[in-house]
Amino acid sequence: MNTKFRLLPDSASNFAGDVDKLTLFLTVVSVIITLVVCGLIAFFAIKYRRRHVDDMPPREEPGRWTEILWSAVLFVLLMVMFFWGAEIYMRMKRPAPNATEINVTAKRWMWKIQHPSGQREINELHIPVGQPVKLTMISEDVIHSFSVPAFRIKQDVIPGSYSTQWFTPTKVGEYHLFCQEYCGTLHSDMIGRVVVMEEKDYQAWLAGVSVNVTPVEEGAKLFATYGCLTCHGQNAPSLAGLFGRQQKLDDGSTVLADEEYLRESIINPAAKVVAGYGRLMPSFRAQLSDEQVSALVSYIKTLGAAKSDEPGQANSAAPATQPVNGVPPNSVPNLPPAAQPPGVWPQPSGEN
Amino acid sequence: MSSIPYIPAIEVPLPADNYLTAGNSLKSWLLTKDHKRIAILYLIGITFFFFIGGIAATVIRIELLTPKRDFVSAEAYNRMFTIHGVVMVFLYLIPSIPATMGNFLVPLMIGARDLAFPRMNLASWYLFIGGGIFTTLAIILGGVDTGWTFYTPYSSVYSQTNVVLTVIGIFIAGFSSIFTGLNFIVTMHTMRCPGMWWSRMPLFCWSIYATSVIMLLATPVLAMTAVLLLIERAFNVPIFDPARGGDPVLFQHLFWFYSHPAVYIMVLPGMGVISELVACFARKRIYGYGLVAASSIAIAAISFLVWGHHMFVSGMSTYGGLIFSFLSFFVAVPSAIKVVNWIATLHKGSIVFTTPMLYAIAFIGLFVIGGLTGLFLATLATDVHLTDTYFIVAHFHYIMVGGTVTAFMGGIHFWFPKMFGRRYPEWAGRIAAGFIFFGFNLTFFPQFLLGYLGMPRRYAGYPEEFQVLNILSTAGASILAIGYLMPLVYLLWSMKYGKPAGPNPWLAMGMEWTVSSPPPAHNFHKVPVCREEAYAYFDMTPQGGNGPILKKLPGPGQKLERTEWSGT
Repeated sequence: MNTKFRLLPDSASNFAGDVDKLTLFLTVVSVIITLVVCGLIAFFAIKYRRRHVDDMPPREEPGRWTEILWSAVLFVLLMVMFFWGAEIYMRMKRPAPNATEINVTAKRWMWKIQHPSGQREINELHIPVGQPVKLTMISEDVIHSFSVPAFRIKQDVIPGSYSTQWFTPTKVGEYHLFCQEYCGTLHSDMIGRVVVMEEKDYQAWLAGVSVNVTPVEEGAKLFATYGCLTCHGQNAPSLAGLFGRQQKLDDGSTVLADEEYLRESIINPAAKVVAGYGRLMPSFRAQLSDEQVSALVSYIKTLGAAKSDEPGQANSAAPATQPVNGVPPNSVPNLPPAAQPPGVWPQPSGEN
Repeated sequence: MSSIPYIPAIEVPLPADNYLTAGNSLKSWLLTKDHKRIAILYLIGITFFFFIGGIAATVIRIELLTPKRDFVSAEAYNRMFTIHGVVMVFLYLIPSIPATMGNFLVPLMIGARDLAFPRMNLASWYLFIGGGIFTTLAIILGGVDTGWTFYTPYSSVYSQTNVVLTVIGIFIAGFSSIFTGLNFIVTMHTMRCPGMWWSRMPLFCWSIYATSVIMLLATPVLAMTAVLLLIERAFNVPIFDPARGGDPVLFQHLFWFYSHPAVYIMVLPGMGVISELVACFARKRIYGYGLVAASSIAIAAISFLVWGHHMFVSGMSTYGGLIFSFLSFFVAVPSAIKVVNWIATLHKGSIVFTTPMLYAIAFIGLFVIGGLTGLFLATLATDVHLTDTYFIVAHFHYIMVGGTVTAFMGGIHFWFPKMFGRRYPEWAGRIAAGFIFFGFNLTFFPQFLLGYLGMPRRYAGYPEEFQVLNILSTAGASILAIGYLMPLVYLLWSMKYGKPAGPNPWLAMGMEWTVSSPPPAHNFHKVPVCREEAYAYFDMTPQGGNGPILKKLPGPGQKLERTEWSGT
């Protein structure tokens, strides 16, 4: 028998306390209902047990209002559960704006993680306590699921499209990272750990891991290698300030230019074409690995720096966490705004 | 049975002319069109598959005794939980109550000679066996390791195992379920005897009706999903594989569009059984008959709108999640109506604790726990933490094993005397029921705690802190296994050596109790007339009911006299 036995998991993220409170509420309601049901059954079973073979119970019919009344009470209780759960869920779906952006690539049977400052790790995620983290995740093969029970979070990681997950770790420690979607033979070995550290320990850890290149740098290099600038800004839409905006498409609809949209436009450019442009761009599905696409997306997100003409705002629009060894924002090739066709860029305030 | 207080023991010899004696050759069984014999054929089939699935479960529980992966390899473990899931769901739970008790009882309960399409009924059994053979072949040839959910792209591209054979097996077995559902619906619409109005139909029939609607409407979607998966896997046409432009999450939508309603295919017939048992052993009209019948139909209807609650963390849109969560709570209302009305039926009843009644009471308790833990999973934020953990495993076992299998055991013990004309030793039945109830809770309750701790399902090994609860669970599973083996022994024994039961050993009111046990080959010698619903216990006096059951109510200590049913 081991000594590690426990009944409740660690509670180590901004969501953990909220989920635990809701669970407590659900548990109390469930226990009360179960006790009432079992108590009534036991009470009736004893009190109304058959004593003679000719025991003939009276006929009883339900009162309509009794049934309606208790159904209504039950329904109100159920709606409390729904809204309470939905409120937390909505918060889980809206990342904090200052979250550190970390890329996660899953494959059988490992988690590959890259920090914005370029550090890579496998099956481990080191993060500082108190700092929000946003994970942008993709799988290279089958569906996996990124789950940290101590944080009460879980998100399936899908091949071919991004899923995101955010949280703020609130307690220093080491926590299990599980793959919670069955992914083949060694599914139960796809276990890692999340290490939550004090800020200064985290900085020491960062400094101790050698870095070749940050995702943004790698993305910038790929951007140049594949000649993206040949078209983008000329006969293809400029990418400056694209991320996070409502983009108007040629079928008249608009789409939020998030990570998934950027990825899809690289892998399958014909899926959503910007209004005013033709279907010219080839697919880069065969040329780029999932990790390279993630790097490109990370880079394109930084092009938000060129959204404004005022150089002073360039830094504030860049990702909150500056790359440690990264290139300064002004070395990123800004895109010429001159070649934009009129009407391509809807003003953020004007549309929707 | 003299050991049951106040249920009279009457020695009636077995009728010479009954469906069991109507032919002894193998051919007379394999080519039978008698719904009762087909029910027995199904009973043999599902019992076989129940123990196949049980063996796989045994391997799983032994492996999980220790944190390390040591009893079997990872490959073998993954095959075991897949076999357990596929066999138990598609070859045991789905056909269990409808194809055995439904087949046997629906015509008897509504006063019909057989189902509407006897040949199709026999064909459905052959389809079931055909599906079973393909699945068994897949197991013998090396097994399959995708989990019973067959999530793509793992199942369609990456798995190296016998996915094609297994999916063909499920596809074929699905048609058996469609045939059965269609047969029941047509039978209930066209073959009710004079006086058997919809408003008098036994609640078991109502729940089989609701189940049949789901079988008929949802199973084709399973068939389509299976075909799409086969096309991708066997002919390399991209449908779900994202590397070639497919959508892996589309598979989940299609799969759960069938498999969520399938949960109600499993549990609705169980609820019908419980309504019959509670009414009989509380000797009372089921409280709120109309509401209980309507709630079966409501559950069937709502079941088609909630499949997305399996996919809150799958990458489905946030608003999709909100809607599916909201709709899922609506299932709770009709389910709660049933529970409240069963309990209200006990109120002021005349309750006797026979083996079937013990199962019925166990069902109510276990179903309540299964249902309430379902609320944790319909609630978005808690589902995010709990889905794909052992909490899910515990929850659906409380519904499917605590609910459906318990109801199946209760029903088999209730109608065993009707099916075979003999009684089983009551003491053995009660002991087995106790083993099952205790073993079940010890197996699955710790899994709720494991789930909240975060232990993922489908893990062959696990971190050390989960061990204590896993040991408890495996200990419970051993007791549960004994509980399930006992009835196999004493029921088989009783088929030959049990005391003759007589037509109505429980003094129940349904029409099936008005014919001899075992029933004649053609059920009723004359077209019966239904005079009263199956719960008219308040009329169980000299001339009431479908045929007087008690000729004269005796006082305590007096011998009970009873008229024999003679047809109408």
